[in-house]
Amino acid sequence: MKIIINGIEKEFDGNSLTANELVNHLQLEGKRFAIERNGEILPKGLFAELTINEGDRLEIVGAVGGG
Amino acid sequence: MDKHEFNSNEWVIAGRPFQSRLLVGTGKYRDFKETRLAIEKSGAQIVTVAIRRTNIGQDANEPSLLDFLPPDQFTYLPNTAGCYTADDAIRTLRLARELLDGHNLVKLEVLGDQKTLYPNVVETLEAAKILIKDGFDVMVYTSDDPIIAKQLEDIGCCAIMPLASLIGSGMGILNPWNLEIIIDTVKVPVIVDAGVGTASDAAIAMELGCDGVLMNTAIATAKDPILMASAMKKSIEAGREAFLAGRMDKKLYSASPSSPMSGLIK
Repeated sequence: MKIIINGIEKEFDGNSLTANELVNHLQLEGKRFAIERNGEILPKGLFAELTINEGDRLEIVGAVGGG
Repeated sequence: MDKHEFNSNEWVIAGRPFQSRLLVGTGKYRDFKETRLAIEKSGAQIVTVAIRRTNIGQDANEPSLLDFLPPDQFTYLPNTAGCYTADDAIRTLRLARELLDGHNLVKLEVLGDQKTLYPNVVETLEAAKILIKDGFDVMVYTSDDPIIAKQLEDIGCCAIMPLASLIGSGMGILNPWNLEIIIDTVKVPVIVDAGVGTASDAAIAMELGCDGVLMNTAIATAKDPILMASAMKKSIEAGREAFLAGRMDKKLYSASPSSPMSGLIK
């Protein structure tokens, strides 16, 4: 399936994956980030159950230097 | 604590006590090590950060800003730099709150155009109302318009942060009169945000009676950022003390010698 992460199309096996599986795949464990799926924030506590599906648009953000 | 009680260095933003009146940004440094050293030297307790897309596919072990400025040692102030609409700013700060485990103290800035980065106060007011309703403690970047500053306080912003001059311009305080009116009118902390170029600018802001100063470029782009951070710390303290001490009146022609007039040799 195809999903859009930070504006870039990515191909994944299967029809859906959990937010946790995505985090593992992207090697984001232990890092500070937040995920928005189709405009809605995904609460960290629910990553095990929340699923990402074909065509979803994700924004994954972190904190960077800024004024 | 009422901001008019001056017997302590402590001041309070939205119920959170702080000692340092210098707030600093974390952008434009050469590397994270320099960021850390300069901010340590500045004595700042509050540091602003921007929220940006994570670089997917990057080296998982690449260091991040948070490794150098651990969130348990500093109060993070996520900003909305780069947002030109209320909607974008609100979306950014909701992501920031999730990212920082529910931390709700934020810096709202909604910009008007890319050339000046001047605040769009209409969008700012709109965003502030929604964010406050949503439980955020909003420190708000705004113009030096005293009416807008008061309106932002009235809708519940916890700190009013007027510009001294344009973001990153280093032009210093262009309208001290407006800042004085804002300081006189607003009861929550007033923090000059943007435009400070060197230490004397920060001292002047504090002498006017500002509660604090937020800066980034003046430190980060100095030839020696760590030394400038030290200078800024001292200027903020000096300006604050001068404000508390109460300056002498300015007298153009009534010269008054500091040495005794009697006992002069003849």
